[in-house]
Amino acid sequence: MIYQDSKTLLAVRGLHATVNGIEILKGMDLTVRSGEVHAIMGPNGSGKSTFAKVLAGHPAYEVSGGEVLFEGGKLLELKPEERARAGVFLGFQYPIEIPGVANSQFLRLAYNTVQAGRGKDELDPLEFDDFVREKMKLLEMNPDFLDRSVNEGFSGGEKKRNEILQMALLEPKLAILDETDSGLDIDALRIVAGGVNALANRDNAIVLVTHYQRLLNYIVPDYVHVMDSGRIVKTGGKELALELEARGYDWVGAELKAGVRAST
Amino acid sequence: MNTASTAGYLDRLLQGRPPASSLPWLNQLRANAVDRVGALTVPTTRDEDWRFTDISPLTKLSFQPAQRAPQLAPATVDRWAVPEAAARLVFIDGIYAPRHSFNHAGLTAENLASNTIGHGAGVQAHLGRHAGFEHNAFTALNTAFLHDGALIVVPRDMTLAAPVHLLFIATRKHGASYPRCLVIAESGSAVTVVEDFVALDNEAYLTNAVTEMALAGNAQVRHVRVQRDSTEAFHFADCAVSLARASRYHSISVALGARISRHNLRALLAAEGAECTIDGLALIGGRQLADTHTLIDHAMPQGVSRQLHKCIVDGAARAVFNGNIMVRAGAQRTDSSQSSRNLLLSGKARVDTKPQLEIFADDVKCAHGATVGQLDVDEVFYLKSRGLSDTAARNLLTYAFGAEVIERIPVASLRSRLEEAVLARTQTAATGTAPQL
Repeated sequence: MIYQDSKTLLAVRGLHATVNGIEILKGMDLTVRSGEVHAIMGPNGSGKSTFAKVLAGHPAYEVSGGEVLFEGGKLLELKPEERARAGVFLGFQYPIEIPGVANSQFLRLAYNTVQAGRGKDELDPLEFDDFVREKMKLLEMNPDFLDRSVNEGFSGGEKKRNEILQMALLEPKLAILDETDSGLDIDALRIVAGGVNALANRDNAIVLVTHYQRLLNYIVPDYVHVMDSGRIVKTGGKELALELEARGYDWVGAELKAGVRAST
Repeated sequence: MNTASTAGYLDRLLQGRPPASSLPWLNQLRANAVDRVGALTVPTTRDEDWRFTDISPLTKLSFQPAQRAPQLAPATVDRWAVPEAAARLVFIDGIYAPRHSFNHAGLTAENLASNTIGHGAGVQAHLGRHAGFEHNAFTALNTAFLHDGALIVVPRDMTLAAPVHLLFIATRKHGASYPRCLVIAESGSAVTVVEDFVALDNEAYLTNAVTEMALAGNAQVRHVRVQRDSTEAFHFADCAVSLARASRYHSISVALGARISRHNLRALLAAEGAECTIDGLALIGGRQLADTHTLIDHAMPQGVSRQLHKCIVDGAARAVFNGNIMVRAGAQRTDSSQSSRNLLLSGKARVDTKPQLEIFADDVKCAHGATVGQLDVDEVFYLKSRGLSDTAARNLLTYAFGAEVIERIPVASLRSRLEEAVLARTQTAATGTAPQL
């Protein structure tokens, strides 16, 4: 939701990034204020997922220009773990599996590490068990998930629920959810979206990276951005997503080229 | 290394053999083995089977067998206790220690030397029959020393849920011991056997073990082998398993110790419908070398085998894995899969892995694969994106890599002990704080 007096959480200015020497982000600009929900849409290869990974600090991407301010501080100077502790969360499109480590161990380790980083109290295994079970209700997750190895043998929907569970535990200020709707059936989509909506509040912000409009029926964005060739080329309200759903992405690019011609 | 001096080396190792048995066939077996030792030489890297495993440091030291075992306090032995154990046999420097051992009603779990006569026919049919010593100097040496050892006979249809713990404790610098184990699982029986090799101090000694297991029809044996010897020790082991119709064998071997270790494991699927699962983990660092050679021999139809072997190698250590799967001409409808996965934690660490499939039947399903690598960048990033430091993320993933094998151990106390050991290793492998699990 858009609040008049909200503060700027994230300010991206002219961001360029490369992977293996190939430039993927080419002058990305984005401002996100607390309380807001943004959707970043765009065709495959437009740079959406790269943008999400660069914000979280994936080592494969090299920032070649621009700056990113998170709560006024230079985000790009922080290590990935420091960003997480500062309140940046990336929900992965493909969460990794860790056979041999119980989900409960992993969740508690992540929770306590982030709590310690924020100068807050850690929880012992018993306390954490109560705490995490409460959060799991939000996502209609069976307690069995705690005893299974991290993401191992989880269905697509179970993995995404486990991602949102981590978001619920880590209480980020900025949650970037990368293709959270991919691979979800309609029931799982409803549950995951319900979880995200319950976690959204006036002090945090959510950036949804998605190819399809479907997710946005459940998590209603305040802003919809269209990415093309590594930058945002159009911004609108939630109705823009419907227009993209109806007309595809090509017209945005065509409109852009027409605009460029008109101005020269 | 020249042949003359190494031949002399084996002769010197033959000194100090235990007294003769009252059984002529056993004395004959030992005499044959002594002859064979005389004809064989210490293997070198020129031998195909030892290409990657240079054991020349062994021949720079001399080792003597214990004539009598030292007394150990019960508390000392109980450091390695497995509380779930139904029976326990303890061997100190290779010598049976009855005061630390206990049996289980209905099961034979006794010292081989003193009970061979009672079980004469059964023992004679199996002892030395599975672990041939024609081509293996260490197996021949062990057989030449045949005396004390573990004899486990599980009677027909007996199912024992609790494990039998065989504890081999090395106490002496430059000591040599020749642990021997014979497991006879009669038809329809089920048992879990834990072979556990430990040391009192971090000294150089020689452990040269031979294990034979015979599974009758429908028998089930779960075999846990934990090699946590001193990091100065030399450990050679030869294990031969024979599976009769529809029997099932599951082996889980964990190698943490020894300066140089070599573990041979051969499973012969000698009748239809036998199943074997062979899992292994070597976790080594420093200048350790751990060599595992396995042979799964599908001799008859409809056999199933599954194998997962993992190595975690740090420092300047070296791991070797040679996994041979043989599917003989008559072994139709064999279903076999093998996976060798290796994690290198340092630039100087090295692994030589060689999956080897020899298939002479046409209606078979065989899959195998090998990977050697470092920790996956995306996996490390995933954990760091959840707040874990680089070190904590790497430690957790290394731990998880090993835990996948350890969690298959069917003995809870041993499993958690080994999980702790792996965690301690992964924590010392890197600097900084480790994950609190």
